[in-house]
Amino acid sequence: MTMLGDRQRLAYIASQAADARLNVELETEGMTLNIGPQHPATHGTLRIICRLDGEQVVWAEPSAGYMHRGYEKLTEVRTFPQVTSLVNRIDWLGSFANEVPFILAAEKLMDIEAPPRAQHIRTILFELSRIANVSLFLGDLGVQLGAITPVFMAFRDREYVLNLIESATGGRFHPNFDRIGGLKDDLPKGWIEETRSVMRKLRTFCDEIDDLLFGNEIFQSRTRGIGVIPKDVALQYGLSGPNLRASGVDYDLRRDQKIAMAWDKVDFKVWTHPDGDSFARCWVRLQETREATLIVEKLLDTLPAGPVMAKVPRIIKVPEGEAWVSTENPLGEMGYYVVSKGDLGPFRVKIRSASFNNISIVPWLLRGVYVPDVITILASLYFILGDIDR
Amino acid sequence: MMFAVHFPYWAQSLLRVLGGLVAVLLPAGTIVYLFLFKMMSFMQSRLGPMEAGPYGSMQLFAEVGKWLQKEDIMPEKADHSIFKIAPLIVLASTFLLVAVVPFGPDAFFTNFETGVFYALAVSSVSVLGILIAGWSSANKYSLLGGLRAAGQLIAYELPMVLAVVGVVIQAGTMNMQQIVVAQNAGEIFGWSGLGNPYILTQFIGFAVFMIAVQAELTQAPFDMPVAESELVSGYMTEYSGFRFLIFFIAEFATAGVFALIASVLFLGGWGIPFSWFGWNNIDQIDNWMNIVGPLIMFTKMMGLVFLIMWIRFSYPRFREDQLQRFAWKVLIPVSLGNIMLTAVLKVVF
Amino acid sequence: MSQLSSTDTPIAALPGDALRERAVDQLRAELGDALIDTLVKPGDDVWVRVRADAWHDAGIALRDVVGLDYFCFLSAIDWMPSPFGRGEDDPTQPQAERDMTIRQGYTGGETRFQLFARACSTTLHFGVTIKADIGDDMTMPTWIPCYTGANWHEREAHEMFGINFAGHPDLRNMYLPSGFEGHPMRKDFPLLARMVKPWPGIVDVEPLPGEPADDSDADGGES
Repeated sequence: MTMLGDRQRLAYIASQAADARLNVELETEGMTLNIGPQHPATHGTLRIICRLDGEQVVWAEPSAGYMHRGYEKLTEVRTFPQVTSLVNRIDWLGSFANEVPFILAAEKLMDIEAPPRAQHIRTILFELSRIANVSLFLGDLGVQLGAITPVFMAFRDREYVLNLIESATGGRFHPNFDRIGGLKDDLPKGWIEETRSVMRKLRTFCDEIDDLLFGNEIFQSRTRGIGVIPKDVALQYGLSGPNLRASGVDYDLRRDQKIAMAWDKVDFKVWTHPDGDSFARCWVRLQETREATLIVEKLLDTLPAGPVMAKVPRIIKVPEGEAWVSTENPLGEMGYYVVSKGDLGPFRVKIRSASFNNISIVPWLLRGVYVPDVITILASLYFILGDIDR
Repeated sequence: MMFAVHFPYWAQSLLRVLGGLVAVLLPAGTIVYLFLFKMMSFMQSRLGPMEAGPYGSMQLFAEVGKWLQKEDIMPEKADHSIFKIAPLIVLASTFLLVAVVPFGPDAFFTNFETGVFYALAVSSVSVLGILIAGWSSANKYSLLGGLRAAGQLIAYELPMVLAVVGVVIQAGTMNMQQIVVAQNAGEIFGWSGLGNPYILTQFIGFAVFMIAVQAELTQAPFDMPVAESELVSGYMTEYSGFRFLIFFIAEFATAGVFALIASVLFLGGWGIPFSWFGWNNIDQIDNWMNIVGPLIMFTKMMGLVFLIMWIRFSYPRFREDQLQRFAWKVLIPVSLGNIMLTAVLKVVF
Repeated sequence: MSQLSSTDTPIAALPGDALRERAVDQLRAELGDALIDTLVKPGDDVWVRVRADAWHDAGIALRDVVGLDYFCFLSAIDWMPSPFGRGEDDPTQPQAERDMTIRQGYTGGETRFQLFARACSTTLHFGVTIKADIGDDMTMPTWIPCYTGANWHEREAHEMFGINFAGHPDLRNMYLPSGFEGHPMRKDFPLLARMVKPWPGIVDVEPLPGEPADDSDADGGES
């Protein structure tokens, strides 16, 4: 069905052989290792059941659902403005980015558009939440591979971004700032200058991580050639975001769709990597963080004046219809399929979250790897439990 | 001639036990506070413990107090007696190691001809402790950690021994005291201002030895037996309270003792170049060196431990197979080559 | 970093509606009268509805003929209005009468449950939302042969809506305990949190004092 790399094919054959061996009585005895639900490598409560032969994984099955909060059901009993406070908590490291596609879908159904300034500020906050999210990934990557220093740098520098988000929106983790038709408020005084200096700091942070982690030979030997996802497999599983781009697919929803955001106002680079291994995924994320700081700076340069809120009725009733809007969130494509019946609240909201698809490839990917590589692969796929379970 | 004043045998033994405790626990405490608490924090742009005592200096006592108060939990399915013994075996190997380290011309616990041989032999006792800790915990993570530790420590024992062989060839003795003397009394091409510390001639051996030490201590990048992101805590997963404390002390005390051995073998040990004071052999050395010697040793030890910790805090960890490959395909051939080179040069000069 | 490549592709031509029309034509040619209804919203998206027995063929056609290489999501929808409204009834009062007529959305439908999925093209930059009615046997062919990633989505739809997927290898529960009874995303499954006490958020939609409670009050303010 798919083209496998040599390494992947070897690993597959090895795992087949291991399977066969396990079936022979009295030869070797396999071991079932439960990684999680409480485990340092699963940031959240993901459980991975691994069947081991020695240190080699013969068979692995992720078991999600320890954090299912039923948001799709809950949205059906909320009004449209109330939903943002729910979906905020899906990917809790980049919360603002979760609100945007839902609000855009509601705006599409209501046939209104936010004023240009609001679109700009939305895009800036969107990119800031991407930086906050991915910078933590870069630090966490070190911890998963045994280097403890990068994570402290990540927490230190992420704090600047969170402070920015807090001073603009009032919430560090759950801004709940986006409104149908615009934004709650304009930016505070001095925020633009502050953001510029923070973006410079973040670029320094990216350089530090590049030197400390990506340039490290041990890091490279641990990640290169590990967990290779070929392009067609990635597409079949619906992987998105940096995971897809690391497999060489040049697809970025910021660039590739017409959407009421300000990404088309700036020129930016979509980074891809041909290898599809863990290193490629991490590398693409590092470059994206850098690119995001540049996008923020360019957007600040071209910030238009004007109101941040369009004319919307006080009580928001969304006309009957269906709309699908997805954006390129820090973790990948996040979209909402909103069905409205002309009521105060949505009739049905299907939340398409990135990690759900990204992690569904794990059983395929983990066959035949070693236990340490399980951690590398999980870390490089970068999931957030709230984003899997919703 | 151990002490200038004559002590009865029981008093000598008591002094040795106390001295051993000091030589093991004092460096361990210092290493934990200075390096693990403070240096690591500064490297990671944070302050580290600041509340307990001035500048957090009493933090160690707080930690020990905390561990001692904790409940001694044991898995139901664990092999209880073995489970209890394991940390003690690990700590015992540290005490056995420190016994042959000389701290001054007369300040040593014991001085025998095959000191190096003995040190390398007893350093592998800790493997037993780790292995039985992993096995008796009745925990899959512990088991994996214990097996990894056994494979790793055995693999790195070999380059360590081979690295030391170069020193032994050059010094012509396996007595640690005489290795110190040979370095400090030696000369480089007729110039004796520095003595002849073997780090200069045996730098390959030194590098291999320090890498092997890093692996023996299971410090990053060789920390896959504990590998906290994969195996939770490896062989220590099920230990709590004072049993974990013993593992913890043993880890850092062993770091100190290996640094001591490395400084004896490669950095001239307790000595200062004899030419500075016109000494020619060990009998001419003044008695004050018995006080200054341990301080010099301590300084060198801290330098080496700094190196170990610096690498520990900066590097990610190897994978198990990469680690084995590194030992067998790189370190062992390199150290064998080093032995040959040393032997040839020894004959030539 | 010269060994690593990056692309700087210019923005490809954004999807015209011609592209969407073409997708519909291709599907019609492929599926014949199994393609029941279509809707192309200019500049927005395209919806198609196929017969349930053509669900698998439609997936293959989407992948191979239309060229939608990227699997986005698969889920189901229960078109029955909730008998509990939005859960804002006072639980101590008798239930209010509600209009329970089933009205399907875009491209219509005949049954209470519909399966819908979406696939996109990473090169042509457009996607298709495909729907199918689910008959009373609540069984649909699986999409795993078309898009492997449908595996987990079908598991989710199975436990949330009670839809069986013929040919799916492993329809275990993903979120719910294995002995759980009922299908939470069905509209007649009550949201118990709303059943036991009145929802405090109801205050949010009450008109402010002194203001009319209808939509004409468009003052642009933030509600």
